[in-house]
Amino acid sequence: MTSTNLSEPLADEARTIEALLAGDEEAFRALIDLHGGPMLRVALLYASSRAVAEEIVQETWLAMLGALGAFERRSSLKTWLFTILVNRAKRRAEREGRSVPFSSVPVDVVDEAGTESNEFFDASHPRWAHCWTTVVRTWETIPGEGLLGDELQRRLAAAVRALPESQRLVFTLHDVEGLSGEEVCNALALSGSNQRVLLHRARLKVRSALRQYIDENDA
Amino acid sequence: MSYDIITCEQLVELATEYFEGGLEVPERLRFERHLTICPPCRGFVGQFRATVAAAGAMPAEPLSPDTRDALLGAFRVWKVGR
Repeated sequence: MTSTNLSEPLADEARTIEALLAGDEEAFRALIDLHGGPMLRVALLYASSRAVAEEIVQETWLAMLGALGAFERRSSLKTWLFTILVNRAKRRAEREGRSVPFSSVPVDVVDEAGTESNEFFDASHPRWAHCWTTVVRTWETIPGEGLLGDELQRRLAAAVRALPESQRLVFTLHDVEGLSGEEVCNALALSGSNQRVLLHRARLKVRSALRQYIDENDA
Repeated sequence: MSYDIITCEQLVELATEYFEGGLEVPERLRFERHLTICPPCRGFVGQFRATVAAAGAMPAEPLSPDTRDALLGAFRVWKVGR
């Protein structure tokens, strides 16, 4: 990525912030339409209902407006919004006496296999120990930009829903919403290595779910 | 630093560290050297990247019209109050 690509969104963002501070409702509307849905998706990971999730999103925007004048721009607006959101969602879940991902110490970084057990020859194999047992093809069904057909989209959503809570949260913030590893660590108070372990486990499981479907249907 | 090769299973375990820049240079080189000689692992890496790309392209359901209207209303109030 070149520095031009990096600085353009930053310039856009500076303009957005100025527009908001100047009371430009269109700018606010555009921002809600851009981030509102993704924020709701993250809020739903914590909330007991859709209504509660919508409330959390609403509170987050109000908190953002309240603090906008003092926003120091050390993170992107998007990261700031998601950080406020996660903190509010956590507090709300705690108030309601529900378990919150990462609230227990130590974090549930369990060392479990994410690939199916039959994908590799085991250590005792004379020639192919730890090698693939099957042909592993690049998927033609998924174009580079990652757009899926309806059924595959449903499988993907189901695979994400089936992840353990902490993996689902890290995967959603990092791979679905596009926050950087560092931003996810800050929002969730996680170490970099724990974050990557959780992300990796999640990715392997999601890949596995897609693989099952694609292998069934491409055969 | 040892110059040995990693197994397919080890490559799979290192994939996120590799793509998120968590590997030191020697390990990264071992990862890449393995890929050049192993078509199935290249297939895996393709699937892995496709998974991440697909996740990034997941559509999000929009906020309800009620929440959206409430926010626009709140913005008008905020604008006057500041």
